[in-house]
Amino acid sequence: MTGVVVVGAGECGTRAAFALREEGYAGPVTLVGAEPGLPYERPPLSKSGELVPLCTPERLADAGITLVAGVPVTALDVRAHRVALADGRVLGYDRLLLATGARARPLPGAHVLRSRADAEALRARLRPGARVGVVGGGFIGLEVAAAAAGLGCAVTVVEAAPRLMARAVPARLAERMARRHADAGVDVRCGAGPVRVQPGTPSRIVPADGEAVEVDVVVAGIGSAPETALAQAAGIAVDDGVAVDTGLATSAPDVLAAGDCCAFPHPLYDDRRIRLESWRAAQEQGAHAARALLGAREPYAAVPWFWSDQHDLSLQVAGLTTAATEQVVRVRPDGAELWFGLEAGRLVAAAGLGVGTAVARDVRVAELLIARRVAPDPAVLADPSAPLKPLLRAPARASG
Amino acid sequence: MPQWIAACAADDVDPEDVVPVDHDGHAYAVYRSPDDTYFATDGHCTHERELLCDGLVMGTTIECPKHNGRFDYTSGAALGAPVLVDVRTYPTKVEDGTVYVEVP
Repeated sequence: MTGVVVVGAGECGTRAAFALREEGYAGPVTLVGAEPGLPYERPPLSKSGELVPLCTPERLADAGITLVAGVPVTALDVRAHRVALADGRVLGYDRLLLATGARARPLPGAHVLRSRADAEALRARLRPGARVGVVGGGFIGLEVAAAAAGLGCAVTVVEAAPRLMARAVPARLAERMARRHADAGVDVRCGAGPVRVQPGTPSRIVPADGEAVEVDVVVAGIGSAPETALAQAAGIAVDDGVAVDTGLATSAPDVLAAGDCCAFPHPLYDDRRIRLESWRAAQEQGAHAARALLGAREPYAAVPWFWSDQHDLSLQVAGLTTAATEQVVRVRPDGAELWFGLEAGRLVAAAGLGVGTAVARDVRVAELLIARRVAPDPAVLADPSAPLKPLLRAPARASG
Repeated sequence: MPQWIAACAADDVDPEDVVPVDHDGHAYAVYRSPDDTYFATDGHCTHERELLCDGLVMGTTIECPKHNGRFDYTSGAALGAPVLVDVRTYPTKVEDGTVYVEVP
């Protein structure tokens, strides 16, 4: 009995390991992580900086999960059903889950932020008065900018595109967030084009378009790439992420993939293959993969969902904003704003921006509407006095 | 000593909804179930201290507004990851259109 081996001890792999037990699996479960120490939550690294472990050694022991931490997996032999570890060990498996995550795209001369070690190295540099240059105006870059400004640093954000968070956030909400950064003293420079860094004391951030910026610390938040090397070397199909089917199965027998590393066809978006870099998707796919490892066959169809905290504002996004062809905006009396994206009448995406968790409930209802393929009346969506929850009683459309 | 506090008017809470109540520096959440029964819990999620009153009530479940941890607000039971610790519940009663919560 060789059991289940989970490669990757982040949010997804750890959730999968515990979910195997919750689903009643009694065989050996081995969770192998390249980073040392206990599994931890990544979202706080770019926000409060707090270290939040995902579990205690006692919980792992109680669940009978063997954690192998700080040991990368170096090879996967899908025919022999075994993995080789960097310390020379070889583990056999009945079923394998790849939850290898993603890595930050590097920029020479700049810090990146993905791991606890990255966060600790960066935090040590964020002293009051330090000049901090953030390359990239996406979620990670802007969260770091807000955290650094809160610590008393002088922060400049340099974004290649004409606006912030262009990949996943509607322009209206991104503009409001840009104003909030400016109010907090962050110097936001969009439309800078490609950027290079001249390391030194001080370092210089040199954009293709615009003035160079002299700073003490450079942080790059320019996206991430899926960790697919192990799968690729094992001959598993890769397509901007480890390619999986709707049940998270890879092209190799008894090997599944989940979380940031995988690209899966989404039934809500014409089975288009998508890859998510999302805390919640990592969790949900980990739990889903655990059931699939034990033989369940239902498709993974959860609505993509992201959040970002910057200053006192929180942004939440449900669905794929890029799938929308029409948009509706609701401005609430408390100043919170909601954006709804429709395609052929059907709600396919929603986003909200407000103080604290003010938009959470509305975005959550929108997420349920998206999952049920509801085509809500745009006039209701736009009306701040109309509650959204009754829309859930509308009949769901047939899937397909 | 436990004491009953007037938390809110019964009409302040819609069926299948929640409102925040603060008393003596402590946050509570008061719920009205779909069958018009009232319940009370601590105001914060046991995971990362988000305010539950900003979350969505579905049936007898409250969902944390940030990380979607779910609790059965009638018993306080945590319903799975990421929430591992139950949320504390408090007795309630309704008298003359006012919801009372018994706080410690």
